[in-house]
Amino acid sequence: MSSIMDHPIDGRFGEFGGRYVPESLHGACAEVERYFEQFWSDEEFRYEYSHILSEYAGRPTPLTHAKRLSDQLGLQVFLKREDLTHTGSHKINNVIGQALLAKKMGKTKVIAETGAGQHGVATATAAALFGLSCQIYMGEIDVKRQALNVFRMQLLGAEVIPVRSGSKTLKDAVNEAMRAWVSELENTHYCIGSVMGPHPYPYMVREFQRIVGDEASSQFKRQVGGTPDFVVACVGGGSNAAGTFAGFVDSTAKLIGVEPEGGAAIGKGSPGVVHGMRSYLLQDEFGQVEEAKSISAGLDYPGVGPEHSYLSSIGRASYKAVSDSEVLDAVVLLSRLEGIVPALEPAHAVAYLAREAGAELPTDSSVILTLSGRGDKDAEVVASLIGARLSDG
Amino acid sequence: MKSLEHTLDAKRGKGAKLLVTYITGGLGDQWIEVLQAVVDAGADAVEVGIPFSDPMIDGPIIQEASQRALDAGATPMSVFGALSCLELEVPTAVMTYYNLIHHAGEERFAQWMNDASVSGAIFPDLSFEEGGSWRRIAKEWGIETVQLVAPSTSDERATLLCEESRGFVYAVGVMGTTGERDRLQTSALEISNRLKLITNKTVLVGIGVSNSEQARAASEVADGVVVGSALVRRVLEGEGPRGAYNFVTDLRKAIDS
Repeated sequence: MSSIMDHPIDGRFGEFGGRYVPESLHGACAEVERYFEQFWSDEEFRYEYSHILSEYAGRPTPLTHAKRLSDQLGLQVFLKREDLTHTGSHKINNVIGQALLAKKMGKTKVIAETGAGQHGVATATAAALFGLSCQIYMGEIDVKRQALNVFRMQLLGAEVIPVRSGSKTLKDAVNEAMRAWVSELENTHYCIGSVMGPHPYPYMVREFQRIVGDEASSQFKRQVGGTPDFVVACVGGGSNAAGTFAGFVDSTAKLIGVEPEGGAAIGKGSPGVVHGMRSYLLQDEFGQVEEAKSISAGLDYPGVGPEHSYLSSIGRASYKAVSDSEVLDAVVLLSRLEGIVPALEPAHAVAYLAREAGAELPTDSSVILTLSGRGDKDAEVVASLIGARLSDG
Repeated sequence: MKSLEHTLDAKRGKGAKLLVTYITGGLGDQWIEVLQAVVDAGADAVEVGIPFSDPMIDGPIIQEASQRALDAGATPMSVFGALSCLELEVPTAVMTYYNLIHHAGEERFAQWMNDASVSGAIFPDLSFEEGGSWRRIAKEWGIETVQLVAPSTSDERATLLCEESRGFVYAVGVMGTTGERDRLQTSALEISNRLKLITNKTVLVGIGVSNSEQARAASEVADGVVVGSALVRRVLEGEGPRGAYNFVTDLRKAIDS
């Protein structure tokens, strides 16, 4: 039986996706596609990939029944604990896959963009593990607000390149990484961190992240039985949500992506083309891309992965927005009730639960929420100052 | 509307080497005067950039020019509006990123081009595979869509792109972003050589052609050059129409010599 989240047709999910790249990058995208298709259907590669994820990165991650939160909200909440992976977020699933692929392609270097720094840290980690050199492009504003992660990347041997163009955040880090990639295609793999960019990236990254949803689905069956009523995850580019949804898209569970109010590409945007893909995009009346404004660097992105645009367009998933202040309350809520300090990104999903329990989420509903990362990076305001000073040296 | 292809082919037929210059639309108060100056100085065609917020294939100079133009309020309408009031003696092409076309609607964008007598379209992030519907509409409007061919493009694909290209064939001189380089890259000569063997169409090499000496060397192999960042930098530095005129005069002399 085919899945709603199947192989894209001609690089497209419905009318979204595609490969809008300069001619210089055409061959490189085609090469990534060819290698990915080859290795993703190769059992040895799949084994190597999942072996590293279990032996090195701590998979499978638990599905935790959040009892006190459940009591307070009148829901049955289960947290998919990506915060417990090595490097502290789901990003590791994707970078292990892409770094392994980069090795197979004979590349000696990986480059990546990062917003919150989680993907940068994960890429730097995988680069160290596989002996690849590594450069991370990061908006100058994010370099300042995520200083601890900048230091972690440097500690792991990566070079962090601050991006000073445009809005100086994630969207410009993507532009700069693409520009750099063009000039060093021969030895470099561009390790995109989310389900975005030109084909095959949205598809490839979703496949590398589907382990989140596949695990959660079988864990729920085993621990609770059946299918949850709701599956909720935060969405910036949307990789943790895409990976989670992949495990439930053909079930009866309702899928909900939670966007930041200031970066709600699906909620407030319209279809556009940027970063190699056609998808929902925040843009002005002339088609200039607008800057997202979110408390969370990881969701501070004006676009969204094309598969989410597709799932929204066919009504299979719905996308809701929460405000920065709701997110901050949610960080405190989860910390105090469950002893889990979430990253600001998944705190968006928690905030949605807190707001909609008993409303959009009827009382007693069962909910799987992907806790995509841990909150250290956001909590350590003091450490960020120390990290900045260290990195200056 | 002056046809890019007819104009360039006719001049090439007479043995001339060709010079196309790029300027960002809406850059400064005098961009129209700059455009007129480069034509007076002997440009065979002009490329006008419509500034975009995320110029993926542009280096720092054109990024800066785009941002300044946007900050000054440039829009596709304001650029086309200014062009439609202008009677240039040479054909005009527009260079921008596809989202601006997508957002306006391909049909409407083609109409804007037509109203402004802009005959050529260069959209570097609209890959050949994604450009089918635009090419159909462009054809109906008599708009010439220029295809770019990169050093990384295979011969087989280059043949297809050359066949489909209208106006001229844009040979991408370097694997990298737009911007000046200290010396002409060997990739610029290689791609020009390769395309001259593949096609009879006019082949112009651009991206990384930075000064008179490089322009002369490149046009010894190609039919001519496209010069962008080196001109835009002079405008950014405040040289104005006079400086643009002098620079393009030098380029003209160099490729004619």
